[in-house]
Amino acid sequence: MSDTGHSLNGGWRVRDMASRARRAPSSRTDTAFRGFTIACSLFIALLMLGITIALVEGSWESMREFGLSFLWTSDWDINKGVYGALTPMIGTLTTTLIAMGIALPLALVIALLLVELVHPVAARIIGTAVEMLAAIPSIIYGMWGLFVLVPIMQAHVIPWLQSTPLGQIPWLLGGPPLGVGILTAGLILAFMVLPFITAVSRDVLRMVPTVTKEAGYGMGATTWEVTRKVSFRYGFGGFVGATFIGLGRAFGETMAVAYVIGNSFTIPESIIAPGTTFASAIANQFPEAVGLQKAALMELGLILFLVTIVFQLIAQLWLGYVNKKVGIR
Amino acid sequence: MRALSEVPHRSVAGRRSSDIVIKVLAWIAASLGIALMGWVIVVCVQRGIAAWNWDFFTQLPTPVGEPGGGIANALVGTLIMTALATALGVPAGFFAGVYLAEFGKNSRFAHGMRMVTNVMMGIPSIIVGLFSYMLLVPTLGTFSGWAGALALAVIMLPVMARTTEDILNLVPNEMRESALAVGAPRWRATLGVVVKAARAGLLTGAILAVVRVSGETAPLLFTALNSAYWTIDPGQPYANLTVTIYQYANSPFPDWQEKAWGASLLIIVLVLGANITVRLIAQRGKQ
Repeated sequence: MSDTGHSLNGGWRVRDMASRARRAPSSRTDTAFRGFTIACSLFIALLMLGITIALVEGSWESMREFGLSFLWTSDWDINKGVYGALTPMIGTLTTTLIAMGIALPLALVIALLLVELVHPVAARIIGTAVEMLAAIPSIIYGMWGLFVLVPIMQAHVIPWLQSTPLGQIPWLLGGPPLGVGILTAGLILAFMVLPFITAVSRDVLRMVPTVTKEAGYGMGATTWEVTRKVSFRYGFGGFVGATFIGLGRAFGETMAVAYVIGNSFTIPESIIAPGTTFASAIANQFPEAVGLQKAALMELGLILFLVTIVFQLIAQLWLGYVNKKVGIR
Repeated sequence: MRALSEVPHRSVAGRRSSDIVIKVLAWIAASLGIALMGWVIVVCVQRGIAAWNWDFFTQLPTPVGEPGGGIANALVGTLIMTALATALGVPAGFFAGVYLAEFGKNSRFAHGMRMVTNVMMGIPSIIVGLFSYMLLVPTLGTFSGWAGALALAVIMLPVMARTTEDILNLVPNEMRESALAVGAPRWRATLGVVVKAARAGLLTGAILAVVRVSGETAPLLFTALNSAYWTIDPGQPYANLTVTIYQYANSPFPDWQEKAWGASLLIIVLVLGANITVRLIAQRGKQ
């Protein structure tokens, strides 16, 4: 390595650089530089630790007061000073479930369209448009939801749903059509996670080797048959990863939900009733909260934080495992 | 292959029609997604453009219920706070990305750091807000621009790290080798050659990270809060666009709601404009 300057009988700059490198031991600056980049990388891990400590510290009072019963207490009473996480938990789970139920099939068929059905140029344009859905800030979805979607849900969609046979089931669609509520929040969430799931699903479908698909076509299978029986099976692991990424997003989404869920701390009697989620409860009450209420909101944050970490870890480990198995990247 | 052996038992017409049904469904789904985005944008333009006038961009907000005025302080506040966050988050994220791409690579430690960074990217922004609140608000005794900027920086950090890593990985190894071959120390080879070769991509990544946080609301609700006055010193509650939108949209005054749409339109123009420009430039670069 040190002879390089001589063997390249080139310009003075080269030789100058090489001789300077020999004179002043650059290894020290190199070690420092390397150390600095490691420190920056470690800093992210430290932040993660810092967030955990801050949330535990902030929710300490509530944890000491309620213990584990916080998880299954449905009360949220500021006057009595009793707080529990059951109502936001139900709200978060149901909105996420609705969002995933709508977004997952939509994302799969859009990914199919982008990979198999349209010209690559058209695929790029449609793909960009779907990705732009993710670029719009969530507060704008929230406003749109509040001023545009909620009135439509109230006047048309929910009355129509209630007039169908499904409307006879009280725990599903019972109660007055307020417009705001679990269902509306789930719908908005679906639109918001759609681009993330679509992007991952598209990449998964693209990983399927052409030869494998052509084998299917060669046997006379239609596009759908090849997709369903070859591509989907081949990429199944990837779709599971995509689902977890979408779940993580939907779980922690704040502003869009805060506008349309109604922010009610009573257990919703049906999916059209108002409710609350972990994130929207914090957004709504934290700025004015004091004492035990603040600690209880912090504990909601801690639960949300731990759950998203688990989702993310599962998604990362699973996608890493699948990639290794399929041999890509 | 068991799956394909089932195929001959079904009628050709049935298989063809289910194929067509799926294709139609795929088109409907894609159109739905795009139509929805169009709908959101059109509503924002329709309602927002009414709020756009000279006063909107140059005046302070009027007292509650009084029409007129503007959101100039929020615009300036968002710009300053985003700039502070960028100064904190982008360099640190950049060097973390340099480590992952240039030094760590496939080592165990780097894998761990990469995973932590990915997980960090998925943490809800409101949680980052809680963290920043805990760290700064009780200490400083007030909601402040610093706390808001810190929250935004924490959100930017992992995004910037991963983007930097992905972009540096695109630089061919020959460049590193030739830089080292002429005797350049590692740090010069990295910063002077590898990073220089990737500077367009890195700039793009940085811009997208900045634009991404400029639309964040949740982490500012209880860190920066908001203010109806000019805010230059970050040691006080800080005026910003997104919390203004949140407060105005929830208010009963039509004038404020109109201003919320106006501010939303401003953010949409900014975010989509930056995204589209960056993509166009990247595409031109490829050709």
